[in-house]
Amino acid sequence: MAQTKQQRLIMRTVILAVLVVAIVYTIFTSATKEKVAVLSVGDEAPDFTLVDLNGDEHRLSDYKGQGVFLNFWGTWCKPCAKEMPAMDRQYEVFKDKGVQTLAVNIAQSDFEVQRFTDQYGLDFPVVIDKTKSVMDAYNINPLPTTMLINPQGKIEKIITGEMTEQDIAAFMEQIVPE
Amino acid sequence: MTLVSISGNLLFIAFVCYLVATLFFGGAVKSSTKKVATSEKRWGRIGITITIIGFISNLGYFVTRWIAAGHAPVSNLFEFTTAFGMMIVGSFILIYFLYKTPLLGLFALPIAIIIIGFASMFPTDINPLIPALKSYWLYVHVITAALGESILAMSAVAGLIYLTKNIDLTKRSKQRFWLEAVMLTLVLVLGFVASTTTFKVMDYEASFNYIDKEGKADEITYNVPPIFGMNEYEALTPGTMTPLAETPPIVNAKKLTTVTWSLIFGLVLYGLIRLIIRKPIAALLQPLAKKANSQLMDEIGYRAVLIGFPVFTLGALIFAMIWAQEAWSRFWGWDPKEVWALITWLFYAAFLHLRLSKGWQGEKSAWLAVIGFIIIMFNLIAVNLIIAGLHSYA
Amino acid sequence: MNKIMCACGHENPEGTVLCGSCGRPLTEEAENQKLVDMRYEGSARRSQTFNKSIVDKVWNFFSSVKVGVSLIVIILVAAAIGTILPQVFYVPATGETEIAAYYERVYGTFGKLYYQLGLSDLYGSWWFQTLIGMLGISLIVASLDRVIPLYKSLKKQRTRRHESFMKRQRVFGIGENTLGEETFAKSEEQLKGLGYNVKHEDGAVLGEKARFSRWGPYINHLGLIIFLFGVMLRALPGFYVDETMWIREGETRAIPETPGYYLKSNEFILETYDKEQADEVFNDAIERVGTIASNYQTDVVLYKKPEDALPGQTDKLEEVKKDSIQVNEPLKFEGFAVYQMDFRLDELRSMQFNLSNKATGESLGDLSVDLVEPEMSYDLGNGNKVELLGYYPDFTGFENGEPQTQSPIPNNPAFLVKMTTPETPKGETSFVAIKQTVEPFGDNKYKLEFQNVETRDVSGLTIRKDKTLWILALGGLIFMIGVAQGSYWNHRRIWIHETKDGQIAVAAHTNKNWLSVKKDLDQVTLVANLPPYIDQHDLEALEEKKDGEKSS
Repeated sequence: MAQTKQQRLIMRTVILAVLVVAIVYTIFTSATKEKVAVLSVGDEAPDFTLVDLNGDEHRLSDYKGQGVFLNFWGTWCKPCAKEMPAMDRQYEVFKDKGVQTLAVNIAQSDFEVQRFTDQYGLDFPVVIDKTKSVMDAYNINPLPTTMLINPQGKIEKIITGEMTEQDIAAFMEQIVPE
Repeated sequence: MTLVSISGNLLFIAFVCYLVATLFFGGAVKSSTKKVATSEKRWGRIGITITIIGFISNLGYFVTRWIAAGHAPVSNLFEFTTAFGMMIVGSFILIYFLYKTPLLGLFALPIAIIIIGFASMFPTDINPLIPALKSYWLYVHVITAALGESILAMSAVAGLIYLTKNIDLTKRSKQRFWLEAVMLTLVLVLGFVASTTTFKVMDYEASFNYIDKEGKADEITYNVPPIFGMNEYEALTPGTMTPLAETPPIVNAKKLTTVTWSLIFGLVLYGLIRLIIRKPIAALLQPLAKKANSQLMDEIGYRAVLIGFPVFTLGALIFAMIWAQEAWSRFWGWDPKEVWALITWLFYAAFLHLRLSKGWQGEKSAWLAVIGFIIIMFNLIAVNLIIAGLHSYA
Repeated sequence: MNKIMCACGHENPEGTVLCGSCGRPLTEEAENQKLVDMRYEGSARRSQTFNKSIVDKVWNFFSSVKVGVSLIVIILVAAAIGTILPQVFYVPATGETEIAAYYERVYGTFGKLYYQLGLSDLYGSWWFQTLIGMLGISLIVASLDRVIPLYKSLKKQRTRRHESFMKRQRVFGIGENTLGEETFAKSEEQLKGLGYNVKHEDGAVLGEKARFSRWGPYINHLGLIIFLFGVMLRALPGFYVDETMWIREGETRAIPETPGYYLKSNEFILETYDKEQADEVFNDAIERVGTIASNYQTDVVLYKKPEDALPGQTDKLEEVKKDSIQVNEPLKFEGFAVYQMDFRLDELRSMQFNLSNKATGESLGDLSVDLVEPEMSYDLGNGNKVELLGYYPDFTGFENGEPQTQSPIPNNPAFLVKMTTPETPKGETSFVAIKQTVEPFGDNKYKLEFQNVETRDVSGLTIRKDKTLWILALGGLIFMIGVAQGSYWNHRRIWIHETKDGQIAVAAHTNKNWLSVKKDLDQVTLVANLPPYIDQHDLEALEEKKDGEKSS
């Protein structure tokens, strides 16, 4: 026998260890797969460009150096509607402090979005993602979802669900540039 | 005469040939004077000739139906099961020429006959292909899988002969019980054929309104007297039997009733047989089985699995996965039919390991072969008819 | 490790049953056996020789065939349990609470129990995957443990075996040497004619055929291992994409999780077999079943955004290709495949109304409201105008006097309108829904009368990317090669040697299909006048022979 006892022990340990690690890793990832978002905190926020109701183009990278409060919403979504007025007020407070607000509507008609912004008197820019490409790039599932993007262009926080006015103020404060 | 009717006639001729051939094989076995019936005799030669004629006629049915329908005739329960029966005969012919055993024919042909008979109880009209089946994979996957299963079925036949020969039927034992249970199951299938045919001849129909498991109203028509009624049933056809009991919504009372009628007819049939022959069916067959060479039966059983297992893997798993990926975007979805195909595959893998590494030969191997066949039939019958799913084409 | 020295001079590793060179039984057990176990050529299975540390114990556990078979059976039974009730994937409910409720509602207490025990998501459960993982380990360890010694054994085997080895073979014969020198020459010739590799040395002949078939099981195990490896890779990001998208006729949508691809649906087509047009042959079936679908397809155009474009910029999309996605014919591009999976017919697309005088029924004009892009107002001419104040695509009712909509999908469209005519210059407000008109500010003179709808179909598509497919295919292919190699060929060996006292001893072995190797031996026996052999396993044939001898 060319192998010594020692060699054989090492060989067996290595093989078993590799196999066990690989299997545990696989099972673990498949168990947590659904819960892990495609985008997470710390990732670079994907750049995009969408047109608002006035016909003006908004490109995310144009806002570099400022914080961006990026909110995804729809008119039928009640929590979205509820937080809009608060968002509008905080927008006014923070827009000169270096935090911009951008609301992305998920593929609804110009009509519905226009009526909604008129009804609520919203001043911040509202854009419509007609082909759902931005929604896909950001992997948005439930509505409302808000992405806090810091002045360096990275995602600081991802919030799903309705926010109170205090929440919104606190979040915007978080991304005020130094 | 249309191609379709020619096709039907050819199937009928095949059926009759198999019946006649069985008798000749019986004669071959009975008349052999040596203690072990290993040689080919006049009876045997006639038997195999008639079997081959029947098989050619059966192939004729297959080909003519293919031409008439424009697609391989394996697209519904009737077509598949008939093809399966045909391939069992084909596998038998192959093994006959390898080993020259008429006794095998005596057991294999009746099983093929029962299977074809069973198949004929289901709708036999030619139907056009639904989109999911419009692919040449239909031919490749289904035919290869049927072929593999039929070869594996031969191992069960050899196993059955082995058991019938070697189990002591004079003493009460678990083996004697289970062997007779297998015989009873075959009779019950005949019962299904008998009950379906009887009520079809009577043109029996009974319709009901009922509430399904999702709470929606629906209508259903029975072709047998309704022993069990659907959930919250309401009879629509006057003059028919009133159900004896109502079933909860998840139970399909119509299927339960069909099964119950089969059991009734089957048990009555079995009772009559027992009364007439005055012993277990296995005991009736034992003198014939005693002519077999156990070692040979064991070898045939083993070789059938050896030959059939790769074919089954290729057809029922590999081709199936390739087709599923193309049609359903995922090569494996854990649907009941796929799972049971996997179970069948795992079972035969275990069979081979137990035989090769643990020395499980002889009686143990024979029982495993019979169980394997039961699993295949479960996939064909229970999964298709009871456990519904994406994959059920009944 | 202790080595075992055989009388022939060969050194065998500890645990060897038959000498690797001459075949002499080395253990007492082997000596006492009538027939020797040839499964691994009597070589030492490595795990059996070495059983000290915990690592060794774990290794030996996985090396055992008994454990392997038990794993197979447990997995088999577990899989069967998963078919009793439909798995979560096939249940028409989403979200944990809805699913739990479904099982209890439809399948009663059994269903509730089934769900709570986790049996409703059996194949994705950690314990089922662990079982498969253990089977994978077993495959690797058991194969390594056996194939290496077997290979070494078969490579080193000597042509001349010891008589004690020959005697213990299933097929064995010994008798007079009638042809003398010729025996070997004739045997060799016949064996070669039958396709055997022949070695003649030390006064013995070994004919060997199809040794490669012994590797079959190990090759097929390798195939399975590769397959399982491929399945494992899916856990890694980037290897596997599984998304669905709904797209309406006329819409352009981004394809989820694909880099910059968009799809425009031109049309969804559903074809059924028509009794008149279809082959006469199908008539009975169509009558019995009713409608049988013959084809569903979505005609699409695939677009890609230019290199530097960002999500959201949809004006400069470049067309890649046009395709018709059918079942069995997915659209393929850049490693992705888009499948036709589902559809919804007749979603509302636009509604046509008539502005009419309630009293006289006179129509002042008609308007068509596009339910996807409604307009602010519709000018009907002659001073007649309908202004759209509110649009509620999926109207569910009023809350605090406000109309509510539960989704952006036009399942139940409702409109809040203001109608202005020269007769009613201040305008009249009305709320129009399907089969419901509400006039909030008192009776109006005019109303919107519903005329017609335009519908369109929606396609449900599945997007799939699977980089692991080729690995799985490779594993499957190797498995098939291995299983064919091991099943359809068999390893045969025939030994012929001259004993010390001038007799000829003959033995044969095969791992399966004894009938054929016996036939081969029969032919050699005929030509070389070898002594007749007996099959020490076939007791019935032996008995029959004895009977025959008795009576003759």
